[in-house]
Amino acid sequence: MLFFSFFKTLVDQEVTVELKNDIELKGTLKSVDQFLNLKLDNISCNDKTKYPHLTSVRNIFIRGSNVRYVYLQKNMVDTNLLQDAARREAMSDKR
Amino acid sequence: MSLATPLDLLKLNLDERVYVKLRGARELVGTLQAFDSHCNFVLSDAVETIYQLIDGELKSREKSSEMIFVRGDTVALITTPLPDE
Repeated sequence: MLFFSFFKTLVDQEVTVELKNDIELKGTLKSVDQFLNLKLDNISCNDKTKYPHLTSVRNIFIRGSNVRYVYLQKNMVDTNLLQDAARREAMSDKR
Repeated sequence: MSLATPLDLLKLNLDERVYVKLRGARELVGTLQAFDSHCNFVLSDAVETIYQLIDGELKSREKSSEMIFVRGDTVALITTPLPDE
């Protein structure tokens, strides 16, 4: 549940998602669910010549399992808060 | 603090540099900010190294990112980085 909450704090921010098939998509994060499925708005593809089929797509739903990385900016994240949340999550998993 | 389970060891590495080996000949070195029981991660100041065989020769390229979320299903192992990394 930690990363579900984490991604909820990133809604309406610009993120870059790298998929397992090497496609990179930049867009505004619109929503997220417990499986870390993502909805991106206003996307742009970093390599248009390689993936021309994505140039006309504006909104996209990504099944969470296809995600490899999500690139973020440092100023989007409160690292102290995140580390504390991770510690608390590790504690609660045990029970 | 009890260290009963393998993931408890990771707790000691929060805010420390870690080395993560991933599927597909990829590795990451970064500062561990968060993890969960699926081995999802957030790393800061991360450097990714991707190894590729091109014409029988091992090539590697690096990619830096200031903050990165890594999905746990690609993670193979986590350890502390070598002193020179």
